Amino acid sequence: MRLERRPTTSRTALVLAPLGAIAFTLAISALLVLWAGAPVGRTYALLLQGGFGSVFAWSETLTRATPLILTGLSAAIAFRARLFNIGAEGQLYAGALAAVAVGGMHGGGEGFALAPWLLLPLALAAAAVAGALLLLGPALLKRRLGVDEVVTTLLLNFIVLLGVSALLDGPMKDPSAMGWPQSVSLQGALELGKLIPQTRVHTGLLGAMALAVAAWVVMRHTVAGFDLRAVGANARAAEFAGVPVTRTVVAVALCSGALAGLAGAIEVAGRTGYVTLDMSPGYGYAGIVIAMLAGLHPLGVVAAAVFVAGVLVGADTMSRAVGVPTYIADVIVATSLIAVLVATLLTQFRIRAR
Amino acid sequence: MASLAMPSVPGTPPTMPAAEPPPVLRLEGITKRFGRLVANDAISLTLQAGEVLALLGENGAGKSTLMSILFGHYTADAGRIEVFGRRLPPGHPKAALAAGIGMVHQHFALADNLSVLDNVLMGTEPLWRPFSHRAQARERLREVSERFGLPVAPDARVGDLSVGERQRVEILKALYRGARILILDEPTAVLTPQQSEALFATLARMVAQGLSIIFISHKLPEVLRVSHRVAVLRGGRLVAQAYAADTTQAELARWMVGHAVATTARRRPAHGVGEAVCVLDRVDTEGGGDDRLEEVSLTLRAGEIVAIAGVSGNGQVALAELLCGLRRASGGTVRLLGRPLPPAPAEVVALGVARVPEDRHAVGVIGDLPVWENAVSEHLRGPVFSRPVLPGLRWVRRAAARAHARRIEAAYDVRGAGLDAPARSLSGGNMQKLILGRALTEPGPPVGAWNETPPRLIVAHQPTWGLDIGAVAYVHTQLIAARDAGAAVLVISDDLDEVLALGDRVAVMHGGELGMARAAEHWTRQEIGLAMAGA
Repeated sequence: MRLERRPTTSRTALVLAPLGAIAFTLAISALLVLWAGAPVGRTYALLLQGGFGSVFAWSETLTRATPLILTGLSAAIAFRARLFNIGAEGQLYAGALAAVAVGGMHGGGEGFALAPWLLLPLALAAAAVAGALLLLGPALLKRRLGVDEVVTTLLLNFIVLLGVSALLDGPMKDPSAMGWPQSVSLQGALELGKLIPQTRVHTGLLGAMALAVAAWVVMRHTVAGFDLRAVGANARAAEFAGVPVTRTVVAVALCSGALAGLAGAIEVAGRTGYVTLDMSPGYGYAGIVIAMLAGLHPLGVVAAAVFVAGVLVGADTMSRAVGVPTYIADVIVATSLIAVLVATLLTQFRIRAR
Repeated sequence: MASLAMPSVPGTPPTMPAAEPPPVLRLEGITKRFGRLVANDAISLTLQAGEVLALLGENGAGKSTLMSILFGHYTADAGRIEVFGRRLPPGHPKAALAAGIGMVHQHFALADNLSVLDNVLMGTEPLWRPFSHRAQARERLREVSERFGLPVAPDARVGDLSVGERQRVEILKALYRGARILILDEPTAVLTPQQSEALFATLARMVAQGLSIIFISHKLPEVLRVSHRVAVLRGGRLVAQAYAADTTQAELARWMVGHAVATTARRRPAHGVGEAVCVLDRVDTEGGGDDRLEEVSLTLRAGEIVAIAGVSGNGQVALAELLCGLRRASGGTVRLLGRPLPPAPAEVVALGVARVPEDRHAVGVIGDLPVWENAVSEHLRGPVFSRPVLPGLRWVRRAAARAHARRIEAAYDVRGAGLDAPARSLSGGNMQKLILGRALTEPGPPVGAWNETPPRLIVAHQPTWGLDIGAVAYVHTQLIAARDAGAAVLVISDDLDEVLALGDRVAVMHGGELGMARAAEHWTRQEIGLAMAGA
């Protein structure tokens, strides 16, 4: 068996590819559902209903999607420039902690006495800077010394998480938290407004979507966007054409890290109110999956993040009703990623038996 | 002028004189399609014992596909192959090797860090045998190398050998494995004229001992020089076969291209050589391994083409990269119009240097990006194609950029699937036209004479490598036109014919050093060849 490049990619193939990927995913997951002894149709119906079946379901899905959009964007722009940032998880925590450091209620008091309209941007900026700085080192090491960024960013996650853990047990610890490793709370005035009353979905969603649109516009319509795509597609040719390759990689790293840092800050300001070590169930890593599902397209990231969030939220409801473990959600997301990647490949190549 | 046969009926072998012995190799009706492209269309060929068959054709004519099928890398859609009267199972490179077919690729498949003996032995011994029979192998290698007059030092590290010696190792590797049919893919592309002569002598000795050779080339003189018979491919079809003694270069060229071709235009001498545009004074470069400059001095003047000959890997890359802004001089000075040359591609372009890089696929274009973005990539940062919107962020003037790309497409006859198709989809010739058009077309106002300020210096590295005859003539014409318009032109090429066709002055590079640039009339081919070898 071998792959041969198709001379042209037909429109039909482009439409059929995602549909085929979805069908394949549902078929594979159905086997596991059957194995768990649950009725397939009802399980999927419950999953869909739990993720998208009501205003409440939508609100939960969109709440979950908010940090995923940001980490998805973080991965999408970095991967487009061939900077494989696996460190969004660490950058997210660094951002969350930086936001609390600026906007938290320190020393049992009220923290910095600044107007909320000034303090909130400062807290978000601190989060963005923290995330960005965390990726600056790996980006420079990659360009100057050829150190593989997959290794450095991945390993930095563990260092950051241990660092956060130390801070949560030390200087950042909330004295009123009954000994739990938990940071002081963000000032109440900095909490993000709710989009729908009585739900958790907050204005951070609008911010994340605005950033997705901005990322798309920059990528498509500016010289910086050309530089990013050129460096990702062929760094040697980009350098020949006059693209400042190192500057571009560093700029992409700063933006990617900043987006992941913002994901942490917005999660704190919109949902949790303080930092704990379990505030992110792997949003940083899920961002990579979402970026790949979206074909590294900034607007696609929004759709992919909502899909993944919906499956995760729906799986909770479904699990309670029919007793299939929630892990089925991870299987669906992972299988869909592989299926989409293979389907995309097959639009460009055909398999030939030799 | 005996074209032996035009195989119009698929599968019909060309008629040969009756007394021929059975062929050592017979290809019958080989057909291979890639999508809608028919790479090989019912090709039938035979090869006799002790014969050199030249396979002639332009890039994309189907030579490589045919040889890949013969060697088992591809499976033919139709047709059969017989070697020494026995059918060769399709799609098995090992079967081809076992049947006695050996191939010497243009890009050598040698491990630089191993000795000659190890390279020859590699893959010939089963992995599970605890000892390798090196003494025996060494004896056998000595025997083979003596028999065919290919002297090598078995213990030399391949990385230390010259290109000609490495090619010798490749040939020995095939002979050691008992090859009776040897396929040589563009074997002279990396050799000096003298080394080529030595290779031809080796080939003569091999066929005298009964070996058969398929010699792939697009250089007409050497094809006529070494082969007994010539088979010409065009567009996937075998269009003609002829005995070398019965044909001429003009006839072969016509078969190759499909219509009569004007042989490369006679070089018109430069008129009005002007001021010095670029002056290199005792320039050294560091890094890049063997490819570096040592005390190179050169003056490039307006209205003149300087052509640099040399076997590749002798500093040409360093020289080209230096002038393209990709590499820094570690010693000496480079001045462009009296000012130091900045080591940054964007600034070099802004100063009026037009650049045609050696590797058009890997460096010339960004294959995944569309044609129009590639057409403006060098000037995108300038005021014509973008305007500032925020600090550090420039908005692309898409309409202006696309209009410019369309102008290049029209003026340089770039044919492809349009402005939005990825540049990767262009053929080699069209890609080179796009690169040439981008380099030579100033981004100007969209109306009127948009090419008012021609480039001051043109650096063209291997500008016609791998192009078909038509595209070669086009590129040469454009370079000469740019010279006549007052540009200083530097052409760096391994192809001696190109150097002599273009250069008003010619200099030879060897081991990082550049000889004196002398008027082309003052060189003979022999002298250039000797200088290329470092004599």
